[in-house]
Amino acid sequence: MGVLVFAEHDGAAVTEATRRAVSAASALGAPVDAVVAGGDEAEDVAASLAGTGVGRAWLCQGAPYADQLPEPLAERLVALVRAEGYEAVVAATSTQARDLLPRVAAGLDVQMLTDVTAIEDTETFVRPNYTGSVLARLRCREAVQVLTVRATNFAPPAADGTSPAVARLEPGTDPGLSRLLEVQRTDSSRPELASARVVVAGGRGVADVGVGELEALADRLGAAIGASRGAVEAGLLPNDAQVGLTAKVVAPDLYIAAGISGSIYHVSGMKDSGVIVAINKDPEAPIFDVADYGLVADLREALPQLLEALEPS
Amino acid sequence: MKVLAAVKRVVDYNVRVRVRADGSGVDTANTRMAMNPFDETAIEEAVRLREAGTASEVVAVTVGDAGSEEVLRTALAFGADRALRVESDAPLEPLAVSKALAAVADREQPDLVLMGKQAIDDDSNQVGQMLACHLGWAQATFACAVTPADDELHVVREVDGGQRTVAVALPAVVTTELELNEPRYIKLPSIMKAKKQAIERLGLAEIAVDGSPRLELLGVSEPPPREAGEQVDSAAALVDRLKNEAQVI
Ligand SMILES: Cc1cc2nc3c(=O)[nH]c(=O)nc-3n(C[C@H](O)[C@H](O)[C@H](O)COP(=O)(O)OP(=O)(O)OC[C@H]3O[C@@H](n4cnc5c(N)ncnc54)[C@H](O)[C@@H]3O)c2cc1C
Ligand SMILES: Nc1ncnc2c1ncn2[C@@H]1O[C@H](COP(=O)(O)O)[C@@H](O)[C@H]1O
Repeated sequence: MGVLVFAEHDGAAVTEATRRAVSAASALGAPVDAVVAGGDEAEDVAASLAGTGVGRAWLCQGAPYADQLPEPLAERLVALVRAEGYEAVVAATSTQARDLLPRVAAGLDVQMLTDVTAIEDTETFVRPNYTGSVLARLRCREAVQVLTVRATNFAPPAADGTSPAVARLEPGTDPGLSRLLEVQRTDSSRPELASARVVVAGGRGVADVGVGELEALADRLGAAIGASRGAVEAGLLPNDAQVGLTAKVVAPDLYIAAGISGSIYHVSGMKDSGVIVAINKDPEAPIFDVADYGLVADLREALPQLLEALEPS
Repeated sequence: MKVLAAVKRVVDYNVRVRVRADGSGVDTANTRMAMNPFDETAIEEAVRLREAGTASEVVAVTVGDAGSEEVLRTALAFGADRALRVESDAPLEPLAVSKALAAVADREQPDLVLMGKQAIDDDSNQVGQMLACHLGWAQATFACAVTPADDELHVVREVDGGQRTVAVALPAVVTTELELNEPRYIKLPSIMKAKKQAIERLGLAEIAVDGSPRLELLGVSEPPPREAGEQVDSAAALVDRLKNEAQVI
């Protein structure tokens, strides 16, 4: 009985997306537990689940789990689900969840659902298809429901006074199939793209002004920097800044698209944003179809002017 | 090293699909079809491994109806040595596809399976990871660089916040990002040659895979469009709207 949330973290606390996954999980109508994989930091991470309503936090500690390797982790989660009789496994969509949960689902022999955007009742789910141009309603009556949920479509849990009971998991055997060699973090003093309140995103058109102008705007607004694939291909911005259904889905309060044409691949990753601004020199650019405010202008003029207009704050 | 490359036929990425009037599904009749873009990256990488002398044979595999042999022809034109179709008239869910591919891997005994990270029709991003689980193999998803090293592969993976490099033991399953390579432009003679090559076929029953769906599709719809916005005529006007109307800055 119950729902198990895979709690992703940054080494200190669970991510905001995980908190939202907990609230999505509670829509399944059963008590919610969580599992935290890691080393010594797992205890602090478990403590950061206080107030979310999670009843029990399993600590999955030891070498292969600390490195977040999918093979031993999936095996351990399958065993935990079987032993405790969990009816569902939920995680917020992320590269880690996308890597891990299908392996868990296969281990349980169930068909999982990726990127759930709405939970209508305990067996009815909505998820995008065809690069987000279509929404499918699906009924899932699998013995264990395995879901990744799109965090931006779920509210954070209403704070309560709970704090999870912590339980340690016996480590499983390590199949020793893979080793972590290196982690390269895109270092940034800016907010994290997935949970930023404001995102300033650049496309291929930014080549004309240089990334510096875009960064200045992001800094002025305390924003994260996003990118279209065009900007990534042109070597202007890093791949992990890419927004889109096949990259990262974001829904900030304010999304500023600068020099982005508005292909469906990009738009399906940002169209649930609160307010969308598009700046593009081409009045016919499809990005204007989803923009609340459109400015037809060359970035070479528009970006400096925007910075100037923002200055007296 | 023997490489298996999984390729899927999907609606061409430039085509915008339409929902059927009764909401029962999408209309794909008479739509332009093509190889899933991520799978082009996978077959390209497989062929490059053979050209570099790392791989000795590249086998392309698809699970689908007779029409899906078109993408096997494309894979042969890229340079695959052999092509194999697991026959299924109905589209299968990722779990069933992964079981069919596992059965093919059992028969073919590849050292590496290369495949796309995601099919752009079902947007599932599941099959590779499920396949690796069935086979008990290592997995490296979202690969943007693959380097053979002794009896392992070193794979740079694109992940949230940066990159992770892993060493995976072979055999392994690797799923691709578009960053991995730039697929070649296929020339007419290769296409003509591929037309004459044989395609091997395998029935679902022969490999004992149950293709019946686990999920029930209740209906599809188009997401609600955003309301029409306003064109502003200057950066100053934009800042004014954001401050005083939308109140987001
Ligand atoms: C399988 C697949 C998956 C994909 N996934 C993604 C994804 O997740 N995310 C994504 O973004 N893309 C994705 N793409 C790519 C997508 O189809 C587009 O090619 C890409 O989004 C285009 O990027 P862009 O808008 O920056 O470039 P372009 O389409 O080249 O547009 C550049 C825009 O900048 C404007 N511009 C140029 N110069 C200036 C200037 N000086 N001032 C003002 N405006 C200017 C132009 O008018 C134009 O509208 C994917 C493609 C495939 C095939
Ligand atoms: N029917 C199929 N035949 C062959 N390969 C497939 C099929 N479906 C999915 N795949 C492979 O699995 C990858 C991920 O697909 P998916 O999990 O459906 O998003 C694709 O990029 C293909 O490489």
